[in-house]
Amino acid sequence: MMNKEVITDMKSRTLARHFRESFKSLARNGWMTFASASAVTVTLILVGVFFVIMMNLNQVATTIEEDVEIRVHIDVAAAEEDQENLKNEIEQLPQVASIDYSNKKDELSNLIDSLGDEGEAFKLFEQDNPLNDVFVVKAKNPADTMGIAKQIEDMEYASKVKYGQGSVEKLFSVINLSRNVGLVLIIGLLFTAMFLISNTIKITIVSRSKEIEIMRLVGATNSFIRWPFFLEGLWLGILGAIIPVAAVSTIYYYAYDYLEPRLQGHFIQLLEVSPFIYQVGALLIIMGALIGVWGSLMSVRKFLKI
Amino acid sequence: MIEMKNVYKKYRNGVTAANGIDVKIKQGEFAYIVGPSGAGKSTFVKMMYREEKPTSGTITLNGINLGELKNTKVPLIRRNIGVVFQDFKLLTKLSVYENVAFALEVIEEQPKNIKKKVMDTLELVGLKHKARMLPTELSGGEQQRVSIARSIVNQPKLVIADEPTGNLDPDTSWEIMNIFEEINTRGTTVLMATHNKEIVNTIKHRVIAIEGGRIVRDEQRGDYGYEI
Ligand SMILES: Nc1ncnc2c1ncn2[C@@H]1O[C@H](COP(=O)(O)OP(=O)(O)OP(=O)(O)O)[C@@H](O)[C@H]1O
Ligand SMILES: [Mg+2]
Repeated sequence: MMNKEVITDMKSRTLARHFRESFKSLARNGWMTFASASAVTVTLILVGVFFVIMMNLNQVATTIEEDVEIRVHIDVAAAEEDQENLKNEIEQLPQVASIDYSNKKDELSNLIDSLGDEGEAFKLFEQDNPLNDVFVVKAKNPADTMGIAKQIEDMEYASKVKYGQGSVEKLFSVINLSRNVGLVLIIGLLFTAMFLISNTIKITIVSRSKEIEIMRLVGATNSFIRWPFFLEGLWLGILGAIIPVAAVSTIYYYAYDYLEPRLQGHFIQLLEVSPFIYQVGALLIIMGALIGVWGSLMSVRKFLKI
Repeated sequence: MIEMKNVYKKYRNGVTAANGIDVKIKQGEFAYIVGPSGAGKSTFVKMMYREEKPTSGTITLNGINLGELKNTKVPLIRRNIGVVFQDFKLLTKLSVYENVAFALEVIEEQPKNIKKKVMDTLELVGLKHKARMLPTELSGGEQQRVSIARSIVNQPKLVIADEPTGNLDPDTSWEIMNIFEEINTRGTTVLMATHNKEIVNTIKHRVIAIEGGRIVRDEQRGDYGYEI
């Protein structure tokens, strides 16, 4: 009597039934479907915007990080031998990645070049160059920049040591702060959306409680009972992700077009549209799906006592 | 088929609804469960289809210990037990046919078998001609027949009915009883909790009387034994 096997591999006809049931529920719960999909939409738009901004800030931060260099002005009094000693001393520091020499002639022509037309005026100085010879030092890890600079300052014949002068650190701390604030906000929103989805599923479950009771009574398996709710949550999440994906990619496309030419020359390079919007789109859809599934599993577990 | 040994059931609220029950029910038997309201009749049958677990003691159903049965295995034993209630529990948006077929669909029966099984069962309960109607278009007795059809469509070896005639008038009740008789004649064990004195005293079967969670009387071909 009890030797019937559980059917573990789901037949396509069963799956079709689950799909049908989940779509029916979406239609039947019209307004709740709309509300919870909208909650996902709002959440994901914000998540998408934050994400795009964060990723680009990160990108800017890395380009700047790579550019962080220490300029060690060599005392005019230093003889060639002294310069050699200083260079050796700096190279000995374990955090130093590279050291380049740039003499004052190069420095002046760099300066004149970087100033363009106005640079012409500085040509006068070519006769009597007031600049110093310079060692350009890079740290292995940009975060060590300040520490290295301090150590070099104490060395003989290092007359002036310059680096990002605090602006880099400030930028990093601003990026970090906004990243944390953004993350907290996003997590809060994700929970709100999940809560709304789980409420919608709850309503579905309540409105189908008699059906569920009968299913349990006649011996439907728990997974059979769960499937439609699982799918309903999934659809809600994916449905909610459609507008954010479209909106964020379109906005990014135009924003990139607008900003890119204006940012050129400021050493700021935005992330290329082509792979980036697809990555963001995929991320948003996956997030929507996860919120939906999680929301539905939460309420199903509570209601079905399984 | 069913054996209870020293079964106790204490609900969370402290009510003891089964207070040391020992009983054996053989395959093919028909037994009434009688007793005053709140005596523990529903609790007694609920433990048999594993809606409730005993607090202590053992219940075996065809050798399976229901108390130790894993939750995931419960659906399997349910497929071999039909349950009928006082309130029919029909799905109002589905037709008579669909209500009965529902029980087979959700246990993933082969579609090619469903139609024949459902129509044969509807014929047995005398509702073949009303297969397309909605439950709301039927009388109480007819609705109960649909519910019985649903409980037996998978050909269970045991049918449990908790006051199946509780909502029905006397004439209709007799019709329903005839169906249970027919089911029992075909070899299915029938357990029926009931308050219907006339039926118990007329259609003679084993009577198990429960009071305060204990079996106080257990007679073959017994009487109802209570005044209403
Ligand atoms: N789920 C439950 N939780 C707590 N107490 C319950 C529960 N179900 C039943 N009881 C209590 O257990 C006792 C027996 O209830 P049960 O439903 O088994 O009686 P019954 O004999 O079927 O009564 P009736 O003839 O009125 O249907 C009652 O005191 C009831 O209040
Ligand atoms: Mg009862």
